[in-house]
Amino acid sequence: MEDFLNSWGLTAMVFAPLVGAVVMMLIPERDEELHKMVALVASAVSFVIGILLLTNFDYGASGTMQFAVDRSWIDVINARYAIGMDGMSLPLIALTLLVTPLVIIYSWNHIPKPGNAKAFLILMLVLHTGMLGTFVARDLVLFFVFFEVVLLPMYFMIGVWGGEDRLYASIKFFLYTLFGSAFMLVSFLALYWLTGSATFNMVELAERVVDPVEGLSASQQTLLFGGMFLGFGIKVPMFPFHTWLPDAHTQAPTQGSVILAAVLLKLGTYGFVRIALPILPEGAVAWAPWIGLLAVIGIIYGALGCLAQTDMKRLIAFSSVAHMGYVMLGIATLTSFGINAAIFGMVAHGLITGMLFFIAGSVKERYHTLEIKRLGGLLHKDQAPRMGWILAITSMASLGLPGLAGFWGEFPAILAAYNPNAGLNTTVFRIYMVVAAIGTVLAAAYLLWLLQRTAFGEPSEEFVDHPDVHDTVFTEWVAWVPMLILIVVLGFVPGLIFDVTNEPVSIIGDVFKNMSSGAALGSGG
Amino acid sequence: MFLLAAEEAAANSWLYDNAWLIPALPALSFLLIIFFGKRLPNKGAEIGIAAVSAAFILAVLTTFTWMGDIRASFDKKEEAQVLTVDGEEAIAVVLTAEEGEVRGAPIINEVEWFGIGTDANRTTLGTEANGHGQPAGGEGETHADEEGHAEEKAFSISIGTWVDGQSVMMLFVVTFISLLVHIYSTEYVKGDRRYTHYFAFLSLFTASMLFMVLSSSTLQLIVGWELVGVCSFGLIGHWWEEKDNSDAALKAFLTNRVGDIGLLIGMTILYFAAGQSFSIKTINEMAVAGDISKGTLQIAALCLMAAVMSKSGQFILHTWLPDAMAGPTPVSALIHAATMVVAGVYMIGRLYPVFFVGFGIAGGTINVMAFIGGLTCVGGGLLAFVQRDLKKVLAYSTVSQLGYMVLALGMGAYTAGLFHLFTHAFFKACLFLGAGSVSHACHHSFDMKADMGGLRKYMPTTFATFMIGTAALAGLPPLAGFWSKDEILVGAGVWPGTEGNGTYTIPFIFGMLTAAMTAAYMTRAVWLTFFGDYRGHEEPHESPPRITVPLVILAFMAVVVGFFNMPKQFVEALRLPSRFALAFEHWVEPAGVATFVSKEANKFTHAKPSLSLAVVATGLALGAGFLVWNYYKRLYAMDPKATEYTNGLASRIPLLATGHKVLENKYYLDHLYTGVIAGGTKGPLARAANWTNQNILDGVVNLVGVTSVSIGRFVYRYIDQGVVDGAVNASGSAASSFGQLLRGMQSGQVRQYATLLFGAATVMVAVFIFAV
Repeated sequence: MEDFLNSWGLTAMVFAPLVGAVVMMLIPERDEELHKMVALVASAVSFVIGILLLTNFDYGASGTMQFAVDRSWIDVINARYAIGMDGMSLPLIALTLLVTPLVIIYSWNHIPKPGNAKAFLILMLVLHTGMLGTFVARDLVLFFVFFEVVLLPMYFMIGVWGGEDRLYASIKFFLYTLFGSAFMLVSFLALYWLTGSATFNMVELAERVVDPVEGLSASQQTLLFGGMFLGFGIKVPMFPFHTWLPDAHTQAPTQGSVILAAVLLKLGTYGFVRIALPILPEGAVAWAPWIGLLAVIGIIYGALGCLAQTDMKRLIAFSSVAHMGYVMLGIATLTSFGINAAIFGMVAHGLITGMLFFIAGSVKERYHTLEIKRLGGLLHKDQAPRMGWILAITSMASLGLPGLAGFWGEFPAILAAYNPNAGLNTTVFRIYMVVAAIGTVLAAAYLLWLLQRTAFGEPSEEFVDHPDVHDTVFTEWVAWVPMLILIVVLGFVPGLIFDVTNEPVSIIGDVFKNMSSGAALGSGG
Repeated sequence: MFLLAAEEAAANSWLYDNAWLIPALPALSFLLIIFFGKRLPNKGAEIGIAAVSAAFILAVLTTFTWMGDIRASFDKKEEAQVLTVDGEEAIAVVLTAEEGEVRGAPIINEVEWFGIGTDANRTTLGTEANGHGQPAGGEGETHADEEGHAEEKAFSISIGTWVDGQSVMMLFVVTFISLLVHIYSTEYVKGDRRYTHYFAFLSLFTASMLFMVLSSSTLQLIVGWELVGVCSFGLIGHWWEEKDNSDAALKAFLTNRVGDIGLLIGMTILYFAAGQSFSIKTINEMAVAGDISKGTLQIAALCLMAAVMSKSGQFILHTWLPDAMAGPTPVSALIHAATMVVAGVYMIGRLYPVFFVGFGIAGGTINVMAFIGGLTCVGGGLLAFVQRDLKKVLAYSTVSQLGYMVLALGMGAYTAGLFHLFTHAFFKACLFLGAGSVSHACHHSFDMKADMGGLRKYMPTTFATFMIGTAALAGLPPLAGFWSKDEILVGAGVWPGTEGNGTYTIPFIFGMLTAAMTAAYMTRAVWLTFFGDYRGHEEPHESPPRITVPLVILAFMAVVVGFFNMPKQFVEALRLPSRFALAFEHWVEPAGVATFVSKEANKFTHAKPSLSLAVVATGLALGAGFLVWNYYKRLYAMDPKATEYTNGLASRIPLLATGHKVLENKYYLDHLYTGVIAGGTKGPLARAANWTNQNILDGVVNLVGVTSVSIGRFVYRYIDQGVVDGAVNASGSAASSFGQLLRGMQSGQVRQYATLLFGAATVMVAVFIFAV
């Protein structure tokens, strides 16, 4: 068993959904139930293998790549099939493994218009493989392939099953991310050539770049980091590259929104901590103040954007801009504290915002509108009181209430900004810290205001005794309860993530710490 | 030094080590009520009462154990080194020579919560972990005997319990009042539409508050701090059907969030100042030892003051507290009078060295804390005069009294501030629950002018307990408020012979003014409620026992709790056993304060009591009360139903009229916050951000898109004639099915993006080739 896990475990986990997708292609479209079953089984197989991997993971050595495989793949350019899992990718893999099956379960009776469960679920499974692959890849080309594989299914999901403005939104999403990816790819290629190492292996490249003789100069690093910044920053998305997000989210079907918020946005932030920071440390130092600036602008700007929204889903979408701002602020500090916070923030945001989109979807299904003005009284006895409570808990989590998951992404990031890595300007980051802290007030404002207008008060006339309005149904419970439990448990036991991420993150943190102390020594000597 | 020794001797008391049970019980009760409450005969109330009773018993036992331990160390003083301050054995830290045993130091039990980050100290810690006062984040285990292997857990963050006089006192207050409020509520919210939810929230609140009280680290404190806030939010908005209530709930939460900016930043500053540690003990020790610069402490203390201002209703962030009266009255008594709102005061006490050194309290004349406290007690007291809602009078009175506590702590009167917290909890809870009883009788109205008057005849028990509460609040001897108020005034060090930590003249004047004002506005409230003729419509009635019994118990406490801290001279004069003198001080004053002695610049002094000051202050209160009494008596003689003069002073003197209007409008602060700040943010500012987003940022994106499409068209039409331009048009037609979209994709759009992608790549490659 262990042999299997070590050599084939990750591969099986990543491609099990794809196998499911292939099987589904052979099944005629009208067997909807069968399709759902196959999709669920495929994602469940992936989930079970993932659990096995998680239980066999050596948590004492979470800083090393485990279950690693390194085989030849495209020999011409020496791109290899190199995969592995360490403490940094583990939480995100676990998040993906959990969320996708839940989304499939939710789809059981929520296939969006115009139907066609077959196509919808096939796309979902392809997406699943793409996301998992991105998190396990250790080779830049492999990473890029998975990173792009994710795009297409999501494009179709928005474009076919989306809302009224779906075409515009899907094209914008596709175009914008691809635009960024182009720059990212150029940076990858430039790394390959400039280091002269003829490898795409992340670790080897990282060693090569800092090599005193054959390494890259600071200005080269800065330029290459710029390319990656565009690629990852658009995906995150960072202000001012975020405008695809509200449209994509608003137009996407519920399942698309959930996946988009829960996992897809993390591909960008994960790219930063997995690739950009370790491989191009000097580039990161040069870019960090700007990333921090955009992050805190995003926090305030996203929050203000939320306050102006009249549509519940669009409001939640804008909140992602603000929340990912905290994640990016944590990363920009270049400290292990900040990066730990960032990874926690990614998982927390995935669970919480994913939940919020689930709820928005269910509200839309019942009320046929998401216009905040028309909603109200969700908590009312004859409306959907349980859903109202779930919305209240999730909003509280989203605004960073301690005791729920959101807090541990937010406060440590703010804290880390007080004392960024030695090479960075402390004053500048302390200003960022204050701005980010002000952002927590705005976050509370827009979320509670949303809660007040949708859940409190009396329901509007048109929805009293409305036949479609009912409380949470079975599939919703099944899909939501695991996420809610995790939101609470992570809130009280943040160590579940921090203890796993700390070691690999410290390795990155040490790179920056040694760099600054090395520089200090150099200038001193 | 003393603290380290203290750890070695950490008392082997089961109660101390298992203090975590006290918050755990109500937390468990919360879960049980949520999941099973509705199915039970009493809809979950019984679980809440059982859990809080158990927590109360544990808290009482812990309190007695603590008191016994302190007592024991004082009794053994012949054979002990008694730490003295100004020639008095004022500090409850006693080192018995024989056993090397220390009493009075906090007993901290911690477990690792999680580990995060590596830090500068990690490498050095292994060698220096045993050093005294080592600031490194060695929080994993605080017991001295385990410090040897501290390096492995160098950077772990712990969660734990901190048992000392201050926390034990608070455990007692919280569980005691929570229990009474639970019992009272079974009657008061009987038949409520969300009875079970109500009790679930009460349990959650009690658990969170106790969790916060027992915090051993600032991080834990933040968690508890916010959790009580959310319970407050939930309970203020308990009747969320009415928009006013949910508005009040939102206001409370958001105002507190504003203060929390200060909390988060202040704790962050302290975290780094203490060498990356959340440990309250480390922070305090370093602040005392001078290992943190005064400037840093000052900034941190200022930030934390913002949090105190919001949580403890200090000017100018107090505006949420009166609005919070929208919640059920028992909640107001528990959360918005006795416990949660004193969290800020408690936090100051917990981190007192930070504030004491940061604000330079020793030898000072005024500082931010004392000023804010003074402003609050006068400003809040003035507002209490113009309310017609009985609960609002009490709310502003709470604001004012909280100001008193902060004022005391700002002047270095540590024990006085916390003693006032202690006494205030009982008499203010008594008053709030009394107000609830009145409203229960008067058909859920709190309007003194329209629906009350002459109630003393109808509800004698409520009346009697309310009068006791009022007298205690007004500071009339020998009731509880008298002792604590007197101690605060003494602590200013202004009155001849009182000494104290400095000469706080302005705060002292504020304090004296408040003493007079409190008596005056409470006389007004009592007259309007209980005297004169009944102005309501239906016959009022006395409340049932589940309401009156808690009232009687609280009134009893309002009488006796003041005796816990009688001045030494007074005790001697009455020939009482010496253990009655300053008992509260001995129990509560932390060992940390002892170390202040070593630093001359931060010398901590106890003020000396003064009989003349007590007489004058009492005289002021009596005089002010008498004036108001007379005013209403004359009014009653003119017209038994009147509640105000038609041609009162305010209508004749323009300046007074203006003043009255300012008070009626609550200093226009709500206009500023709700209208200008909140309105401006969610109105123009948010709209501007959204406009920028849609028209500028998105405009650029769309422009790029449209331009590239145009270029694409141009290229296809004029350069590559073989390709049909219809592809672009196809993109416009809605493709609602899979196949249709796929066709659209194949024929056009994606190809254009590919073109673009290729173009971008070419540009970048060119840049690299030529620039790098």
